[in-house]
Amino acid sequence: MKMPGAGLAKGLAVTLRTMGRRSVTAQYPDVKPELPPRSRGVIALLEENCTVCMLCARECPDWCIYIDSHKETIPAPPGGRERQRNVLDRFDIDFSLCMYCGICIEACPFDALFWSPEFEYSELDIRDLTHGKERLGQWMQTVPPPPAHDHHGVRPKELDAAAAALAPPAEGRPARRERAAPTAEPADVEPPVLDEPAAPPEPVAEEAPTGRRELGSVVYRPDEPDPDLGNGDR
Amino acid sequence: MTEVLEAGLRIVLVLGAFLVLPLLVGQTEHKAMAHMQSRLGPMYAGGFHGWAQLVADGVKFAQKEDVVPAAADRTVFKLAPAVALIPYLVVLVAIPVAPGWVGHDLDAGLFFVLAVMGVGVLGSLMAGWASANKFSLLGGLRTAAQLLAYELPFLLAAASVAMAAGTLSLPGIVAEWEPWWLLWQLPGAVVFFVAGLAELQRPPFDMPVADSEIIFGAYTEYTGLRFALFLLAEYAGIVVLSALTVVLFLGGWRGPFDDALWGAVGVVWTLVKTMVLAFVVIWLRVAYPRMREDQLQRLAWQGLVPVALAQLALTGVVAVVVS
Repeated sequence: MKMPGAGLAKGLAVTLRTMGRRSVTAQYPDVKPELPPRSRGVIALLEENCTVCMLCARECPDWCIYIDSHKETIPAPPGGRERQRNVLDRFDIDFSLCMYCGICIEACPFDALFWSPEFEYSELDIRDLTHGKERLGQWMQTVPPPPAHDHHGVRPKELDAAAAALAPPAEGRPARRERAAPTAEPADVEPPVLDEPAAPPEPVAEEAPTGRRELGSVVYRPDEPDPDLGNGDR
Repeated sequence: MTEVLEAGLRIVLVLGAFLVLPLLVGQTEHKAMAHMQSRLGPMYAGGFHGWAQLVADGVKFAQKEDVVPAAADRTVFKLAPAVALIPYLVVLVAIPVAPGWVGHDLDAGLFFVLAVMGVGVLGSLMAGWASANKFSLLGGLRTAAQLLAYELPFLLAAASVAMAAGTLSLPGIVAEWEPWWLLWQLPGAVVFFVAGLAELQRPPFDMPVADSEIIFGAYTEYTGLRFALFLLAEYAGIVVLSALTVVLFLGGWRGPFDDALWGAVGVVWTLVKTMVLAFVVIWLRVAYPRMREDQLQRLAWQGLVPVALAQLALTGVVAVVVS
């Protein structure tokens, strides 16, 4: 049998318990929010890396990136020939159209675009939300360093690739360019010795577990050109 | 000359308490209610956790235009806030905080206090009638119904204490009070407190001002300073009700070391008990939803009145047996 008044006591207990807890109110303008890593606040532009390849503008689903450029001729060095390069005149992102999908950042092959967690750039007029390359460049300073890799996560393959490229070729291996196509080789063949690179290219905090290579479906071969190597490992 | 000075000092002290304590309760309500709802409440006014929020509110109310509806009964409309507020000031004069620490020691203090508290509700009735607004009128009618229903158990519970103590004087009741009365008079105390809440129209008994139904009941047409006076009357009412419950049922200034420092510790006891009860008033507001009009009436007539009568009978029997 239920005690009469038990519900009343329960109501009082709930409110009293809530009073003892920390309130959930965010004191926003006074206390900045603690944003999660990889927060999508605004898109920052590293102008030096941009080659005006237009990939970002073409991939943008909203067509909110506007790029103008001109070609510049670099005078020939002694014994060489003249070269041309693209010079960025205008790189505008209209943040009133942008839907923060991040496709431009993914698409950029030269690491010229980055997510910045900065989000306080509201304007009174929607037309003022189109920001040029100077403003986008200022946001570069707010781009955080990439978060450390997850301790138990899969080791980025770029690190292995770099290590393998610097390791001496294993004995008994055919010389370069004499190998068959990669599909001809069964996947369970032992990969090149990777666990003890002669000179680690960069300090890696955690050691790759030895049994991991067999699990992965992608087996790196040092004699194939690695498409990722040219990109660095941001 | 000294008598005049002493009376003046007492009145100034009572007036100070009347101006400070309701604001203290209001601020407590702001913050306690906020934290019970997992909010922070006012944080800006005054700098430190919004301590000056009610001062800022008062300044705002004072700046507002004082509107009187064209069809309103102007005199009654303008008089109503004062009628609602001043009785609580008058009641405060008669409430003792320590032996000798009372605005004016009345022989029939309990009678005086209960009579004057009933006047405070008249302010709401006047406001509801004079506003020429159907919501105000509905609120006034509900206030009247609530007053009729809850005044009876309120008085019966108070009469029980007076019978137990054998006196109508408030300091006399506290002097007669014994700790075991906490148990003996417990039903009476609960009835008194609940009925008092209903007279103050505090949630969960705030049907007369139910804002989702009748806007703000009798206070719908009020703006500016007059509205602020009504709000102040509500908080002064909380202070008075809590203090009265403390004096009648919780032993007033009685407690460990109540004689130390010429009765100052007794004053602290009274104030602490009063503030705890005021917190309970706020707590009940946060915890419980508003009661419907028929539930209000049923609680009064089928719950509180029989309990109060039983308490009265018990008090009579025990008083006779003990003496």
